Amino acid sequence: MADNKSAVRIEDYGEYETAWCPGCGNFAILKAVKQALVSLNLRPHQVLFVSGIGQAAKAPHYLNANVFNGLHGRALPVATGAKLANPELTVIVESGDGCVYGEGGNHFLAAIRRNINVALLVHNNQVYGLTKGQSSPTSEEGFVTKAQPHGSYAAPFNPIAVAVAMHAGFVARSFSGLEDHLADMIRQAVLYPGFALVDILQPCVSFNKINTYKWYHDRCRPLPSDYDPEHWDTAMKTALEWGEQIPVGVLYRNNRSPFESHFNPGRRNSAELSASERQRLTDVILSYG
Amino acid sequence: MTDHNEINICIGGEAGQGLITMGELLARSLVRSGFNIVVTQEYMSRIRGGHNTFAIRVGSGPILAPRESIDILVALSKETITLQRSRLSPHALILTDEGNGAPAELCLLVPYKDFGAEKYENIAALGVVAAMVGIDKAIVTETLRQSFGKKSELLDQNLAALSAGWTWAANQEAHGLFALPSVKESAKKIMLNGNDAMALGALCAGLKFCAFYPMTPATSIPQTLAKYDRDFNLVVEQAEDEIAAINMALGASFCGAPAMVATSGGGFALMAEGVSLAGMTETPLVIVVGQRPGPATGLPTRTEQADLDFILHAGHGEFPRAVFAPGTVEECFCLTRQAFELAEGSQGPVFIMTDQFIADSFRSVSPFKVPEAIFTDGAGAEIFPGGPYRRFVFTPTGISPRLLPGMSENLAVADSDEHTEDGHITEDLMIRKRMVEKRLSKFKGIAERAVPPEYEGDTAPDLLLISWGSTKGSMREAAGTKRAEGSKVATLHFSQVWPLRPEGFIEYLRSAKKTVCIESNAIGQFARLIRRECGFEIKNHVRRYDGLAITPEYILRNLPHGG
Repeated sequence: MADNKSAVRIEDYGEYETAWCPGCGNFAILKAVKQALVSLNLRPHQVLFVSGIGQAAKAPHYLNANVFNGLHGRALPVATGAKLANPELTVIVESGDGCVYGEGGNHFLAAIRRNINVALLVHNNQVYGLTKGQSSPTSEEGFVTKAQPHGSYAAPFNPIAVAVAMHAGFVARSFSGLEDHLADMIRQAVLYPGFALVDILQPCVSFNKINTYKWYHDRCRPLPSDYDPEHWDTAMKTALEWGEQIPVGVLYRNNRSPFESHFNPGRRNSAELSASERQRLTDVILSYG
Repeated sequence: MTDHNEINICIGGEAGQGLITMGELLARSLVRSGFNIVVTQEYMSRIRGGHNTFAIRVGSGPILAPRESIDILVALSKETITLQRSRLSPHALILTDEGNGAPAELCLLVPYKDFGAEKYENIAALGVVAAMVGIDKAIVTETLRQSFGKKSELLDQNLAALSAGWTWAANQEAHGLFALPSVKESAKKIMLNGNDAMALGALCAGLKFCAFYPMTPATSIPQTLAKYDRDFNLVVEQAEDEIAAINMALGASFCGAPAMVATSGGGFALMAEGVSLAGMTETPLVIVVGQRPGPATGLPTRTEQADLDFILHAGHGEFPRAVFAPGTVEECFCLTRQAFELAEGSQGPVFIMTDQFIADSFRSVSPFKVPEAIFTDGAGAEIFPGGPYRRFVFTPTGISPRLLPGMSENLAVADSDEHTEDGHITEDLMIRKRMVEKRLSKFKGIAERAVPPEYEGDTAPDLLLISWGSTKGSMREAAGTKRAEGSKVATLHFSQVWPLRPEGFIEYLRSAKKTVCIESNAIGQFARLIRRECGFEIKNHVRRYDGLAITPEYILRNLPHGG
């Protein structure tokens, strides 16, 4: 482990055996996450990963950091509480499309509204992997699975468009096959002082035979260099682009105040109640007289 | 009306008529005059209209419980008279204006219109009642003044209404009609309800984080905390739903903020997965469940004690927990503090069960003492030698030293999956078995600290009354009445309902000729718990599930024959 003076190295984040299928997009995402943290010179103990359930949600187990691997869909509330209790922590939520956009949909909307300063990395492979291949909130209409044998009837959820429509602080998309691009998106998301979404397209080699590595690779196009992510109308229009070309990059960004800036740190540093704290408590109690 | 040392004043009317304002002002004035009170609030689930009551039982000596019979009925609406007439005591008076059509012989007709107080009828009525009870006008005036703060233009009109009511009562020779024996110089008392006391208990326990979704009757707890958030650097956050609330609280607690959630049964149903998560990740959490009648939405604003089975079992899998059930407002304060200590000490979920009755019941109590320090058992523990920090290291007590993320180079890792000592996901079944045993071994420490039930009365009684939670006062008063009639009666009250330690109380049950379990539910959940844990069957019961609080009269009416 790095001491406090030397620069952080990728080795500080460790290397672990995983439970993922060979060829899974998760490997590239894990590597990009580590690269981003190293580029920010963040030490493992300065970072808290919060995840839910799914193959993506296991990712934090495969690096060195503080981790709270909670329940399906519930990573964002845990991360919100953690960030409010200790705003000095870098809090990163990492989970899949089913966890974040399906089970945790309400929390996704609320996190955007709050603009809580966490980076949300969504491994979006448009399918449920851990439960072996059902449709996910981002599956295309007509996507055939064992659970949807006639094809998915529901329209896919567009997380980018929803986030932009709600004026989320920072909205980006990347693809696991664009490793440097992805690492840069993650770096910017972690740096951004507010809610930052990175929707990460990735293939599922076991259960998604439609949206393959090649499918994404042929479609993902970085945004032009003159693209202005602070222009909401353009961002909204860009967010709706999906098909033969899929834009990747920072689609939208604004300057809202982070949620935690409205509070004083909720962490308790000492078991002692200070004299002034005791006096204030006494005053409050007596005010009921 | 001279032969009494306590009276029961009931204010009735529609929502929006200011009866709670009047009730609180009157109750506070009475407490400031040195009297003891127990308030019972009954209200319908609506903003305007309907019929609500605010009853103050007030006396010179201790008051344990509400009373059904009413001595002064303040009828702000016609319906009040229709609905409450059967509750009038033989010497009762109804305060009403001329339009409400009550039988003249029972009425004190107050011509609110004549003294220009039509718009402030509730405050004029306050003046009349205060005069009838014979409290110092200056105390009522000051209480009213304080309640207005800086909104002075309305204050003058309200003060005028108060004065008009007072003067009218004096002119009618109603002044002192219901005067109580004056209280000798007494120590200062404060007035607050169960929810207030729990909020203060949480502050004194070092609470730093409360997340909630509004739900009657628990909502005023987080709202009271929110009032003081900047004074004490708290985070009080209204979550998008109860699932988020409990998960936020767990995230905050994991990072070192003593945390609480407060809800009612329906909201708690959504939190159940979070309870299990607290058990698995061994994260301290205080969970307040203010009960109301179910199933489903039930009677949103009424009272019941029917969520005991649910709270004992909520959360999938096996893990230890503790459940407190305060019987008085003082216990709401003390047990909330204790719940935080136990959550911290046992690293898991600790419940406080109340109900609408005690949540809203204002009482006069001695000011609570502020502690010197808060309890932090695990946080900041010494790191043991030998290798990196392991959050879930096996120990003889099952308690592993809890370090906070980001506070040192040590990494805190927690997982909802089964995990190794260092917190990482595992499917090693040998570790699984040891982890189950580790978590369950904490039960011993929790049980050792359990609050024993309180026994009061004769040994080997003919009749033993048993209660838990908010029915304590009513049970004790009913026992007192039976005792005065010559019965050999005792009471046993549980303010912690889990874990139970039968060795501490089983002899009380065995040595009584007759046992009666008193609880606000239909199937006798606590009696069944006692049978399951102690093998003792409490043969008789008094149960109530019509949404109203159990009163001493209700108990006496429903005691089995020969009791």
